[in-house]
Amino acid sequence: MENITQALAEIVGKTYVSGQAEERWFYGRDSGLMPAHQPDYVVLPRTVEEIQAIVRFAGRENIPVVPMGAGMSLSGLVIPQKGGIVVDMKRMDRILKVNETARYAVVEGGTSTGALHAHLNRHYPRLRFSIPDSPATTTIAANVMIHGQGRLTQQYGFNSDMVSGLEVILPSGELCRIGSCALSDDWFSKGPPLPDLSGLFLGWFGATGILTKVGLKLYPRKKMRDVEIFITDSPDFVPGILYEITHTEMAEDINIFAQPLPLIFKDNHHIVVYFTGEDLEELDFKKKKIFHALDGFIRNKDGGFMTIGEGMRKTLLDMPQRSATTFADVTRGGGFEYSGPIIPIDRYPQCSRKLDELAVKYDLKYHATARVIGRGHAMMFAFSFTFNRADADMLERTRKALHEASEYALSVGGLFWKPTLDEQRIALAKMDPQTAKLMKMIKENLDPQGIMNPGNWEVPG
Amino acid sequence: MFKLKFDENHCLTCPDGACLVKCQYMDFDRNSAREELVKVFRGEDSPVLQNCVTCYSCEEYCRQGNHPFYLINERREDKGILTAPRAITKQWIHIGEPKGKYQLGEIGKIALSFGFMPQLKDIAKGKLFEDVLPSWFFGQEFFCNVVYIHFANTKVFKERLPVVIENIRKLGVEEVIFLHDECYAAFTSLAPAYGMEVPFKAVHYFEYLYNRLTALKDQIRPLNMKVAYQRPCSNRLCGNSHLYVPKIMDLIGVTLMPRTYQDENALCCGSIFRAMYGYDLMKDVQTRNLDDMQQSGAEFCIFNCHGCMNALSALVASRGIKPLHMIDLCRMAIGEKPDMES
Repeated sequence: MENITQALAEIVGKTYVSGQAEERWFYGRDSGLMPAHQPDYVVLPRTVEEIQAIVRFAGRENIPVVPMGAGMSLSGLVIPQKGGIVVDMKRMDRILKVNETARYAVVEGGTSTGALHAHLNRHYPRLRFSIPDSPATTTIAANVMIHGQGRLTQQYGFNSDMVSGLEVILPSGELCRIGSCALSDDWFSKGPPLPDLSGLFLGWFGATGILTKVGLKLYPRKKMRDVEIFITDSPDFVPGILYEITHTEMAEDINIFAQPLPLIFKDNHHIVVYFTGEDLEELDFKKKKIFHALDGFIRNKDGGFMTIGEGMRKTLLDMPQRSATTFADVTRGGGFEYSGPIIPIDRYPQCSRKLDELAVKYDLKYHATARVIGRGHAMMFAFSFTFNRADADMLERTRKALHEASEYALSVGGLFWKPTLDEQRIALAKMDPQTAKLMKMIKENLDPQGIMNPGNWEVPG
Repeated sequence: MFKLKFDENHCLTCPDGACLVKCQYMDFDRNSAREELVKVFRGEDSPVLQNCVTCYSCEEYCRQGNHPFYLINERREDKGILTAPRAITKQWIHIGEPKGKYQLGEIGKIALSFGFMPQLKDIAKGKLFEDVLPSWFFGQEFFCNVVYIHFANTKVFKERLPVVIENIRKLGVEEVIFLHDECYAAFTSLAPAYGMEVPFKAVHYFEYLYNRLTALKDQIRPLNMKVAYQRPCSNRLCGNSHLYVPKIMDLIGVTLMPRTYQDENALCCGSIFRAMYGYDLMKDVQTRNLDDMQQSGAEFCIFNCHGCMNALSALVASRGIKPLHMIDLCRMAIGEKPDMES
């Protein structure tokens, strides 16, 4: 052990390696409900070369390597299941380039969403990216790695669809560039018109390599932004409402929430529609189109636009949203986790009813949140529960409710988003065997020793 | 259950049918107005039941002592004619549900009612309120529940208003100054119309402000401002309080700019229209209202209701007109600097 710590210290410097109990405890868990498992070592590299050296060293010693951003997935994706080395990427936090005309940025693998947001605000006020609603410490690389979603997801798809290039350290320690940046220093495409190799890494949770640079598409940032909330008393109307709003192509982002408390939200489904404009004229034009798209629902009294007070408006327009943090402490004890499958939008009513059922069955406080992905192509539906971490019984009830929610979502055609190890196993078991075989082939070819974030996407047999 | 006091004979002998003739959203002449309201009373079908947008104005237009809007409301409810989407009505019913989380100041014989509008707690400050503060109450337990008449739902206020009256009575107050029209109207219009007894004196805050400003007259510095006044829908239920608007403006040296849409012709802020009918009616009313304000040359738009303020502040500001609440305006007149954020 001492030798390994010494070897890692020689790569990153003594200050940035630890095998001490305190660090191992901290890096052995995330904020969710997954069981902890401690790493043997934690390193914080500063350069690509250092990571290459760490990975090569780990390969020689056959030690697992788990790359980590801010550890915000809640589903235990960076909990080192087989110990080994956690590579904390936070020191690699530089914003390397912003190409304003071609609208993309290149950042290091540990750069946070908050840092890029602040940088653009300060230096490129006409550009933005798809900010997720996770805390601002979330790293961009981890967010695209888990196929995160954000403020521009309704317009442009998953945040990973907005990647414009990758630099990856393979399990062999070799450095590889993916996309246009493989041919030049221009990071405008992650694949097309070439074969798109980004799929060998995105969604694999570091099991096929470590992202050291990410090119990210940037988008026009309008001067004004506003929000309206359309409410309906039946989940059955929600898919139709979403279809009409997405048809206008006027919305920036569309979220849905339903929760029993506070009472103002009881019994209704809230479709939160964000829209932007360069001036009041554009903003009002979009608002008019969105309102008119729902005239039929209003005429039939099936839904209407609620009044939004100034306080609520400010909260809603926050980026990222802080409301999840407040919700996390409803029961006191700060526990919050969700199962957030990606589902076709017409499954919203079923999932909503299932969540109501689970909350009663397991006696839990709940919150349904959804975000439209693309023009109604899919949605992330979060079965969210809040729990007291000091209450063992409540923890167990939450685990059971989440497990049942995940299984239900899969049974109605959904896909797990940032799946836990258990969910990965369920998904692989249900998957077309040839697809699973292809995944196995990719994993074994890239990582024949199986040292990269072991446990994740391991196809049995 | 409480029953609306309504005399059909007043309608049959009405000389002008003003309730519907003056309506800004429906078109009736004198004879058809009378006929339609009688049909409404008798429970027959009438376009009034389908087309009334719940602006409340007919309550003010009627000079016969009847309650045409309350009647329309009753009949709509009888026939199950929804004015608002179900979700909107449900939401409002939930908002007003008592939860035992009310707040009390140091209650005296006279108290300020903040109803269930948190903004009112922030705005009632300074010398103007020295006479009554810290005697105040706030919360759903004191929420007047008048808003449900927008939704043709009389059951809620018939059930809740007597409880609210009792809650206030239990405080032992003799006089309550209401900072919101709907609350004031609940006890001076709606409750009497349904035969509910009110065991305290209700005072509109305009009257209170006028009296306080008169008492502090030597401290008033004329503001020399040109203003437009945004009259809320619920002020139609307590038209007498509107008479204080020009009196207050005179007292503090503010010019109420002449407008097409003022006093009886005032236009709604559009907030309730957006919730019930969508974009077009809201936009039409707001645009006419704002154009009129702008053409009047007003520098400030003076609000009485925070609901109107929420709906229109940004829009009036986009026209170069500064939004300001009546209380803040009056505080400025005695040299105080209100927190504009509130």
